Amino acid sequence: MSETLTRIRINFSKTASIRFTGHLDLQKTWERTFRRARLPIAYKQGFNPQARLNLALALPLGFTSQCEILDVWLEYPVSFSELESRLLPALPPGLEISRFQEVGLSEPALQTQIASAEYHISMDNQHPDVQSNCEVLLRSASIIRQWKGKSYDLRPLILELRALPEGSGGKQVIFVRLSAREGATGRPEEVASALGISPTLTRVHRIKLAFMNNEI
Amino acid sequence: MIINPAEIQETLELILPQVQKPGRYTGGEFNQVVKDWGETDLKVALVFPDLYELGMSNLGLAILYDRLNQRPDVLAERAYAPWSDMESRMRSKGIPLYSLESLHPLSSFDVIGFSLPYETLYTNTINLLNLSGIPVFSSERKSEHPLIIAGGHATYNPEPMAPFIDAFVIGEGEEIILEIIDALKIWKDQGKSRRELLISLSSLWGIYIPSLYKPKYGQDGVFTGIDPLEDKAPRQIVKRITAKLPPPTTRFIVPYIDTVHSRVPVEIMRGCTRGCRFCQAGMITRPVRERPVEEIIEAISHALDNTGFEEVGLLSLSSSDYTDILQLVQEVSKHFADRHLSISLPSLRIESFSVELMDALKDARRSGFTLAPEAATERMREIINKPVSDQQLLDTCREIFNRGWHNIKLYFMIGHPAETMDDVKAIARLCRDVLQVGKEILGWRAQVTAGVSTFVPKPHTPFQWVACDTVDQIYAKQRYLKAALRGKGLKLNWNSPEDTMLEAWLSRGDRRMADVIYEAWRMGAIFDAWKEHFNYQIWIQAFEKAGLDPSFYTHRERPIDETFPWDHISTTVRKKFLTEDYLWSLQGKTRVDCRERCFACGILPTFAELRRENPGDVWQCPEVKTRKIAARDLEILDLELLPVIAKSSL
Repeated sequence: MSETLTRIRINFSKTASIRFTGHLDLQKTWERTFRRARLPIAYKQGFNPQARLNLALALPLGFTSQCEILDVWLEYPVSFSELESRLLPALPPGLEISRFQEVGLSEPALQTQIASAEYHISMDNQHPDVQSNCEVLLRSASIIRQWKGKSYDLRPLILELRALPEGSGGKQVIFVRLSAREGATGRPEEVASALGISPTLTRVHRIKLAFMNNEI
Repeated sequence: MIINPAEIQETLELILPQVQKPGRYTGGEFNQVVKDWGETDLKVALVFPDLYELGMSNLGLAILYDRLNQRPDVLAERAYAPWSDMESRMRSKGIPLYSLESLHPLSSFDVIGFSLPYETLYTNTINLLNLSGIPVFSSERKSEHPLIIAGGHATYNPEPMAPFIDAFVIGEGEEIILEIIDALKIWKDQGKSRRELLISLSSLWGIYIPSLYKPKYGQDGVFTGIDPLEDKAPRQIVKRITAKLPPPTTRFIVPYIDTVHSRVPVEIMRGCTRGCRFCQAGMITRPVRERPVEEIIEAISHALDNTGFEEVGLLSLSSSDYTDILQLVQEVSKHFADRHLSISLPSLRIESFSVELMDALKDARRSGFTLAPEAATERMREIINKPVSDQQLLDTCREIFNRGWHNIKLYFMIGHPAETMDDVKAIARLCRDVLQVGKEILGWRAQVTAGVSTFVPKPHTPFQWVACDTVDQIYAKQRYLKAALRGKGLKLNWNSPEDTMLEAWLSRGDRRMADVIYEAWRMGAIFDAWKEHFNYQIWIQAFEKAGLDPSFYTHRERPIDETFPWDHISTTVRKKFLTEDYLWSLQGKTRVDCRERCFACGILPTFAELRRENPGDVWQCPEVKTRKIAARDLEILDLELLPVIAKSSL
């Protein structure tokens, strides 16, 4: 089996009601999708056999995304066209695949390769000063915040931040690029809070995950 | 109140990010069925009045959902109880209880069906009606309101919920649900009154319309009988059964979030031939009907393709008693060997064959092996009719440890009839003996977990006459066990005595208990099965407000000729049989498995014709060859008491 083991990378979007499915439950959902598709997903042997799959970067509950990445190990190679035709009817509503790619077995784990993530934060209420507030935030030397009882500096995690010109929907949107390295991951709702915007009155959409080796 | 699905959707967008586990409230899962609302004649909401995670694991509702949605003229959607964080937001934003599939308010359905497998769901049922904007009392509902039906094991004593439910389904639901739909369609076309609908439903086999009856009580407050208020209402309501089990449901909704059981459930057998006297399920689910091995294998195969689940549950009340159990287990292991499946086989008998069975499943997980001796002395096991010798139990445990399981879970009950402190002490002694066996084989890795619940004398069982232990008695017994079951390798789980009291009141209550339930709900009782919510004092106050004495229901030993509030509900196991079995228990007399010898419990005379139509192995009861044999048994039954439909089957 180990000689034919194949690692496939899948780019997908996550929308609709499945956005309220958390990281671990999403992994389970993918495992079941592969099982419904009768694709030879590989299992780690052990006391509790685990499906071999990896998600790039946890997407917080309620956020939508157009750029999620999954690595999955199959017991033997399956052509992309067969992958597509078998997965399509097995996918739950809200997950859509945009690309398949074969990657080397020796490549490091997906989550260690991610450098940053880009988000659109759209706001339910009008915030006329949002662009100047973004600039103030960017000029700050540090932004100390509390997360789960610990204080940390949000500022170094913000790589880019600006208000976008108003779109057709009439909603204001902020663009933010945040560090997404292991142990240094910025959260868009924290940026919203730092800007004085209530996170419960925002929708967050992840638009891009950037890999380390693509970084300038 | 918001009633438009689009507005509900919009408001949900705002509140879902603020609640725990919003995935409970969104729907949209794989295999959910969404039909065209405007184009479908009849709309049914199926409700499990507890959290999504529990409701999604309920096989009964999954079967009804599948069967209803197979009909082109019907749509069935789901709803569950929102946790309090969600409920308070729904109430403050004016969102009524809505269905997960199409976000329609429950009040816009034609029928709402509640599943009531246990009694602690009663306050939630009332709460969900209220959250739907529907009057909680049946008498206050008008033609525009949905028909409120309820079924499940708890409804074998429907009286405590009688004022809240329009129609109870007594027995098995898979056929009658479709007959209710048909009756409802005819009624809608005719434009008759709601009362007319209820009267027409009352003639269906297995339907109980509580508003067509009036209970009577004696001077001493004891229930003395129930009078029909309509000529057409049957004096006795015979439970519905499905004579031959249909092929299992294979299309299950795959939840996005973790639920209690995320697995393919396959009912391999219905009913049980063992006759344990405390067991309500064993008495009310007769006769025993099995599904053929091939049908089960095929169903698992389809269901796995439909769902992708990693686990299969082979469900029954007593797996070891399935006739071809070894063959079934071998076939399952063979067919699905490469699917990385885990297979659960609950309710195994205490014998070494059970260990062989679990071994044959080749499940890599050897975490725990569960046995349910229910009592720790041979004397007590004879009283409850679960005769197993201590030696047999210890031998089985030795085999379990030998084959690699480290943890044995033993289930017991305290509070059995005629129990003494010696029987309680024996629980601790037996657990230590089993642990000793484990230590000899595995050393310090061996573990014994004792699950000790408290016996509640359930309606329709041979123990229905028995009084419950008082809270003080239960505390004393638990105190002993907590002290005696300390130490490495031993663990004890128990239920709080107050939980047991609530279960006992609700399962043994008469129609007056409805006042208590209503008052408790008004004072805030919901989610009574959850320790976060259960409030004993509320219930004590509710009894006071209703002018009733809780101990009247639970601590009074009933005279052998007492009429019970559930006597008009016929499980077809005759009261005479239950009486005899109770008297036998007091003498320590046991009954063998009724496949070895028929004890004429009453099933066959009532359903003789059904048995004749389904000969051979379809039922585990003896065959009814000629009308003559059946006629002899028939003398015991009062034919006048049977509804028309059951009579026609005789």
